[in-house]
Amino acid sequence: MRTLQETWIVFNRAMRLSLRNPMWSILMLSQPLMYLFLFGPLLKPITAQISQGATTNAYQVFIPGLIVQLGMFGAMFVGFGLIAEYRAGVIEADRVTPASRIALMAGRVLRDVVVLVVQSILLLVVSIPMGLRAPWGGVLLSLVIVALLGATFASLSYSVALITKSEDALAPLLNGIAMPLLLLSGILLPMQIGPKWLQRLSDISPLKHVVNGVRALFRGDIGSSSSLWGLFWVVLLTIVGLTVGARTFRKESA
Amino acid sequence: MMIEARGLVRTFKTKRGQVQAVQGVDLNVADGEIVGFLGPNGAGKTTTMRMLATLIKPTSGSATVAGCDLAEDPVGVRRRIGYVPQSGSTLPEAIAGDEVVDHARLCGVSKKQAIADGQRMFDELDLPGLWRRQCKTLSGGQRRRLDIVMGLIHDPKLIFLDEPTTGLDPQARANLWEHIRGLRERGATIFLTTHYLDEADALCDRILVIDHGKIVASGNPEELKQQVSGDGVRLSLTDASQAPAASKIVAELDGAVAIETDGDVVAFRIPKGGSILPGLLRSIDAQGIELNGVEVRRPTLDDVFLTMTGRSLRDEDHAVPADEEAAA
Repeated sequence: MRTLQETWIVFNRAMRLSLRNPMWSILMLSQPLMYLFLFGPLLKPITAQISQGATTNAYQVFIPGLIVQLGMFGAMFVGFGLIAEYRAGVIEADRVTPASRIALMAGRVLRDVVVLVVQSILLLVVSIPMGLRAPWGGVLLSLVIVALLGATFASLSYSVALITKSEDALAPLLNGIAMPLLLLSGILLPMQIGPKWLQRLSDISPLKHVVNGVRALFRGDIGSSSSLWGLFWVVLLTIVGLTVGARTFRKESA
Repeated sequence: MMIEARGLVRTFKTKRGQVQAVQGVDLNVADGEIVGFLGPNGAGKTTTMRMLATLIKPTSGSATVAGCDLAEDPVGVRRRIGYVPQSGSTLPEAIAGDEVVDHARLCGVSKKQAIADGQRMFDELDLPGLWRRQCKTLSGGQRRRLDIVMGLIHDPKLIFLDEPTTGLDPQARANLWEHIRGLRERGATIFLTTHYLDEADALCDRILVIDHGKIVASGNPEELKQQVSGDGVRLSLTDASQAPAASKIVAELDGAVAIETDGDVVAFRIPKGGSILPGLLRSIDAQGIELNGVEVRRPTLDDVFLTMTGRSLRDEDHAVPADEEAAA
């Protein structure tokens, strides 16, 4: 109970700071919007081919990739904010209070999740006039997946930030992870259209299964094996991410 | 006892190998005391304080802080202490009052109480009208005082202050000293670090002198000064060529030590410097030596530090780089 209350205090503070300086959130949204407007139309003529006949709506293939990308990249770089707080002495000031270490992390992660979900909703709304058609249930479940994915990457990002305590170490590390994850998850184009070896390689990336799951949800195949596997993987990732995050926060704060 | 520490040790791994920042510190702080940790940069002051404030774990040793065991019940310790770090505690972009209230609420203070206490402390610490200002718009001294409000907002019974007056102008320092004494009068115990001798002298009931991670002396400022062998006496001669003769007379005095001649000055240390002076002046006069001036100086804490460690507190070049301490 006390932990929830503390999480709420930390969340409120973080949210207030994000709202005071919304530039960052806007910039993070501009990237998927550019993909939507400048890349999305290219997919229209080839949608039937790349979805292997599952749909003719390009945005049912493309938007799921974009919101997963948003969930991943939007949350991946939140560690930089934590390093700024660390340098200012805020983390230390937090740690000397009796507040639960989990709350110190959870409040910040919750803020990131809220920002991501709002960004995703904006992205979806903008996509409707572009031609996106998808069932409500599938979209809502997809937003839950984005939220979980955001929580995962945000906690991992905070852990790495707390351990390295340096932007110089964090930046190359995150970029090094982000690039292969992006290419192997089929965010831009489904991996199914690739050669066999690339498909096998991409099977290793849990994110590919998540993207496939969200695509199935957008087509309305809520009970399909793709969407169930996607949900399974995202829940597993969330458990791992939050555990690692919580452990780091507890350990690094003695 | 508010603090009881035994055998605290802390080692850090650095690129150059292991550094033992704190090498077995024992200390006691009684309820209601103001105790100062005096030592040069890198002596282990901050590291020891951070261990006592639950921010880093001791490599070995144990402590009871505010009645709670440091290892067994760190949350209990955190409930009872306030800590004002050296390096700030607020985000530049945040609003000063918001930072104070959020911090207080994490310490379990209600929002209403936090706002009332916070605004009162802003007035007391000379931060009027700054409640709704962004932290980065405050001056260095104002931010320092904001840190102090942050650390004290929940009215802790034990207060750790790490170099509280660094970066403050003389008036703000004097004001803060007053405030710290006021906190003690309200029943708080204060443990502070400082490398300012005048601060330790003016503020502390008791001083622990620390050097190279070890406590080398402790006592109240007067006791410590008495451990230094006597007062410093300086005789300035009119004629430098008479210095050897003057030095010879001084050497015959009972208890005179550290006799040094430098040009026309003869300096030495002797207990009760004031009372030997009349006799000394008569003998010097009888030898026909002419004096320009005489100076008797009570020992300072710097003399104490010099006697204990062989170095002046003012030489900073021997210090372990501060970033190693910060890396804790």
